Amino acid sequence: MSEPPPAIGAPALSARGSDVVPPPPPARGWARARVTGIALLGLWALVGAGTLLFLLSSWNAELFARYAPRYLSGLLVTVQLVAISIVLGAVLSVPIALGRRSKSRIVATLSYAYVYFFRGTPLLAQTFLVYYGLGSFRPELQAVGLWGFFREAWYCAIFAFSLNTAAYQAEILRGAFESVGRGQWEAASALGLSRLQTVYKIILPQAAIVALRPYGNEIILMIKGSAIVAIITVYDLMGETRRAYSRTFDFQTYIWAALIYLSIVEMLRLGVDRIERRLTRHLRR
Amino acid sequence: MDYTTLLSFGREGWGDDIASGVAITVSLALATLPLGLVLGFVVALGKRSTEPTLRLSANIFTTIFRGLPELLTLFLVYFGAQIAIQQIVRAAGGETYIEINAFAAGMFALGAVFAAYASEVFAAAFSAIPHGQYEGAHALGLSRWRTMRLVILPQLIRVALPGLSNLWLILLKETALVSVIGLSDILRQTGIAARTTREAFLFYGTACLLYLVLALLSSIVLSAVERRVSAGGAAR
Repeated sequence: MSEPPPAIGAPALSARGSDVVPPPPPARGWARARVTGIALLGLWALVGAGTLLFLLSSWNAELFARYAPRYLSGLLVTVQLVAISIVLGAVLSVPIALGRRSKSRIVATLSYAYVYFFRGTPLLAQTFLVYYGLGSFRPELQAVGLWGFFREAWYCAIFAFSLNTAAYQAEILRGAFESVGRGQWEAASALGLSRLQTVYKIILPQAAIVALRPYGNEIILMIKGSAIVAIITVYDLMGETRRAYSRTFDFQTYIWAALIYLSIVEMLRLGVDRIERRLTRHLRR
Repeated sequence: MDYTTLLSFGREGWGDDIASGVAITVSLALATLPLGLVLGFVVALGKRSTEPTLRLSANIFTTIFRGLPELLTLFLVYFGAQIAIQQIVRAAGGETYIEINAFAAGMFALGAVFAAYASEVFAAAFSAIPHGQYEGAHALGLSRWRTMRLVILPQLIRVALPGLSNLWLILLKETALVSVIGLSDILRQTGIAARTTREAFLFYGTACLLYLVLALLSSIVLSAVERRVSAGGAAR
């Protein structure tokens, strides 16, 4: 836009200065936003206070003494289940991720089908398929001596969860490795590094940055998803909660569980944030 | 009985029962989608607001519904709403037993979870839109509402669509949880068939395949929508 010529006689510089129009103030609606915000925050405060009041008013020392240890053991079961499944899934995910990138059409298709199946169906249905479904093959399983394994809900849950998380982790792994450019491999080989050294010193540190957040999310998803084992009679945190509720019909049992799950997930999220800050410390200025 | 009879539509088979389960699953997911989208969009607006109280309340919402296991959220809504309504009725002097509809409980619980994740997708999409777009619309004299509708939304949808497609596929799978509170969806119907016929692997396998088919159909539809939406954009 062309500027209007300065008035004759007026010093050019100061005219320019006074012609500068300040940016328009934020349009109206600010007050409305503020009112809505305070109202919503008040609503949350009300929900929080109501929950607290409910917990205090229905405080029952006997109930607490009776169920607190059970919740603790349930929490332990949840943590064990998730930890074992994540580790087994991580081990299993490596061949699957490699299979996805394989040059052999058959291997690539098979690993793609594996990933598609486990990502495309509900974890609950997979767990049922293992726990109830494999019962259809009881004679065969007995013949190979695996029936003792698949009879237990606990082992079935670990089996189903490991297979499930392996599919997700394989995709994370593949995505992270593909995010590291080819040039990195070429440069490493030009420097005479061995394949193992390349992976360990050059590819992994870069892939880890990309993979960290998805891995953290996967662990959080597993913790949340693991609640469904309560349905196949594993007494994890959710299972203990359901048992406590069915015996007492006291709604606070669910609220305690909600608070525990929320704090675990939040702690994990903060932990991932902290690790990410450490891994990317060279990228910050 | 052989497998084809068991899965057939008729007196002997379970085909019609399972088909009704598919209908329930699909209708629950379809009913949840608009609720989750609208709520998620509103929460995303809150997150982008310059007003700190709005941002905080939006973040509290996401923290809660992303942090709770979906199954627990479902139970909280299902049992919690039941208890709350009964308390209110009792306080008003009435005496009734109220049972919450499992479909509605599922819709609200899954809708809240969907909204929590969708708000992140929308918020990310918002930040992908350059500030000049708002300034341009302002310069053209568009009102805030028309800026949103005519300028921002068409671009926002294009950016957010892949993330939202993903959330739809997750939602489709999460509907399986409502079988636990008694809604006759795919998983519950196949479960009944499995228990009656003692052919658990066949029926749960069928359930898994049905979910796969639904996911496959969704991705076909979604990629068509994505093509259409990106074709509508101006060439850059």
